[in-house]
Amino acid sequence: MNHLIRTTGLCAAMVLAVALPAGAQQQKPALAVPMVYLRQEVPQPPVLSNLDPIPDDLGIAGAEVALKDNQSTGAFMGQDFSLTVISVPPDGDLPAAARDALAQAQLVLLDGEAAHLMAVTDLPEAKGALFFNVAAGDEALRSDECRANLLHTIPETAARTDALMQVLVARQWSDLAMIVGPTAKDGTFADHLRRSAAKFGLAIAGEVPWTFDTDLRDSTMDEVPRFTQTLPDHDVLLVADPTDDFGRYVLHNTWLPRPVAGSHGLHAEGWASVIEAWGAVQLQNRFEAHAARPMRGEDYAAWTAIRAIGEAVTRTGSADPAALRAYMLSDAFQLDGFKGRALTFRHWNGQMRQPIAVVNDRALVTLAPVAGFLHQRNETDSLGLDEPESRCTAFKE
Amino acid sequence: MRLLLAALLTSVALPAMAGEIWVTNEKDDTVSVIDVETLEVVNTYPTGERPRGVTFSKDFSRLYICASDSNTVQVMDPNTGEILHDLPSGEDPEQFVLAPDDRHLYIANEDDAVTTVVDTQSRTVVAQINVGIEPEGMAVSPDGKVAITTSETTNMAHWIDTATQTLFANTLVDARPRHAEFTADGAALWVSSEIGGTITVFETKGQTEIGKVRFAIQGVNQDLVQPVGFKFSPDGAKAFVALGPANHVAVVNTATYEVEKFILVGRRVWHMAYSPDQSQLFTTNGVSGDVTVIDVASEEPIKSIKVGRFPWGAAMRP
Repeated sequence: MNHLIRTTGLCAAMVLAVALPAGAQQQKPALAVPMVYLRQEVPQPPVLSNLDPIPDDLGIAGAEVALKDNQSTGAFMGQDFSLTVISVPPDGDLPAAARDALAQAQLVLLDGEAAHLMAVTDLPEAKGALFFNVAAGDEALRSDECRANLLHTIPETAARTDALMQVLVARQWSDLAMIVGPTAKDGTFADHLRRSAAKFGLAIAGEVPWTFDTDLRDSTMDEVPRFTQTLPDHDVLLVADPTDDFGRYVLHNTWLPRPVAGSHGLHAEGWASVIEAWGAVQLQNRFEAHAARPMRGEDYAAWTAIRAIGEAVTRTGSADPAALRAYMLSDAFQLDGFKGRALTFRHWNGQMRQPIAVVNDRALVTLAPVAGFLHQRNETDSLGLDEPESRCTAFKE
Repeated sequence: MRLLLAALLTSVALPAMAGEIWVTNEKDDTVSVIDVETLEVVNTYPTGERPRGVTFSKDFSRLYICASDSNTVQVMDPNTGEILHDLPSGEDPEQFVLAPDDRHLYIANEDDAVTTVVDTQSRTVVAQINVGIEPEGMAVSPDGKVAITTSETTNMAHWIDTATQTLFANTLVDARPRHAEFTADGAALWVSSEIGGTITVFETKGQTEIGKVRFAIQGVNQDLVQPVGFKFSPDGAKAFVALGPANHVAVVNTATYEVEKFILVGRRVWHMAYSPDQSQLFTTNGVSGDVTVIDVASEEPIKSIKVGRFPWGAAMRP
């Protein structure tokens, strides 16, 4: 039950009103900038551990913090940012909710799976709107299935697995083995790990599917060592378990004393609570004060989407989706995202270009791109789909 | 004999050059005192938590220290290293500037979106002014009439009328403004933007943008060129600009806004202070934990001095 996003307590629409800072000066009539956070709730599968439930306000809390940031600038600029949250239950009518959202705002954050996103962006009513993917890492959305009206602030999964492999290369841990979970999501993530390993010249010498169908929690120390004994020798053991079912029980239970990486152990995220430098502590503090929990990658994706809108509105003086989109995709756009480099958008598929945090549970290992991985345009483009690899054509005028 | 006398005179004259550079070590909760003559650390004093901004009173009898995580501005006796008292500062003071009246401190409260004005004599808060998110850079005009706060997330320079302690203008700059300084004549205001990678120059009268400084270092990725602290040269013809993770200080011609030279310093360079005779410039290098000494005349680095962990602010005492 704690893994199912609960609908109780979440009104169909929550309108957030935050007081403008006192002392703010209004020089001209306020420019209204309405925004909507539209979420399709997705039932989560049961997992072994009860330790880390998915927060009900995942993503939404990040949008709320960014809204306050935008309102601060807006108060000085005469721009009035507002946010409506619409959360659709798993069996709800997403297109109807999307039409409702588009009647209120043409700037929409989308939280759901890839198919949900496309069901919204392809509505006739969605034509002039600008959407931000804050949840789906699918490659297709940045390639064959890209949409001109959909930008992505959540990193693609490939950018995260590329970042992880850059660290393994830098450490010269080049021989890998992998445990792959049983679900389709596990398989997709494993595939990204394989491709990123190949991209950076690492070899996955052996793989084994996770087949346990019992509650392992009392017997991990007996079962997991023998299970991993069959793998060929390796420097690092990869785990593909993005839904957080079994991966945590692999650490320190391996036959060989080897570090674990992938979905557990050393992992790569758009944001993590262990990021401290580049002023990040301020954002972490603001977020924790607001949401009473650490900031996660999904929260950060929503935060950057709202902040990108804020930055574009501030610089252009417009709330028109087409004008904002043109500005965001131009060389002039740059957003400070507390990761030490300006965040920008890739002009070929609308993906936000951003450093990826490679972390363990207690510390940042590094922010990728790792020094030494060069790129002719921008080192950050060594992560994820580069222009020649993306089959997206919607962004070519 | 005459030659010997001349040499003697020179060596006697040397102590006039002496002085100290005081450096806050953000991750050690200390200040390091560097002797300008020997270029060695001669003292290290404990401070409150996370010391960052640092400045002396006009007569150099008091050192003001932003102890950010202690939520206070500490007042230290620089002769003994003793903390005399704390000043009310508002939460999370990061950077401040002492007004020309030698009495009022304008403090940026980073977590609170507020600028706090403190009377250092009565030790009371005179005013709190709402500004943008994450205020940081602080400046005051030479005539004391205008104070500036820059806000890192709101991307603005906020102009404060010090007579009324209210905002009279808010001007946009590039992403993440970190530091602001008025030129010596007060006619222009320079604001550095760390993520934007620029310095924006405003005409003080009218608050209009009159120039932009851009930086490009061969072999350094453009998005790692991040201007933070800077100082004008004694004659005002140049500005020395710390470029953060680019590990260089840029020498900028203040007439043309062109970069004339890049000086290699330590890693993640933050702020700087001149020696008393202004012949040397001391830069704090956060990541390498040292201070680079630059010879101002030749614009060459001449020495690195190890200080504490994450040196940030710097102030000179003759």
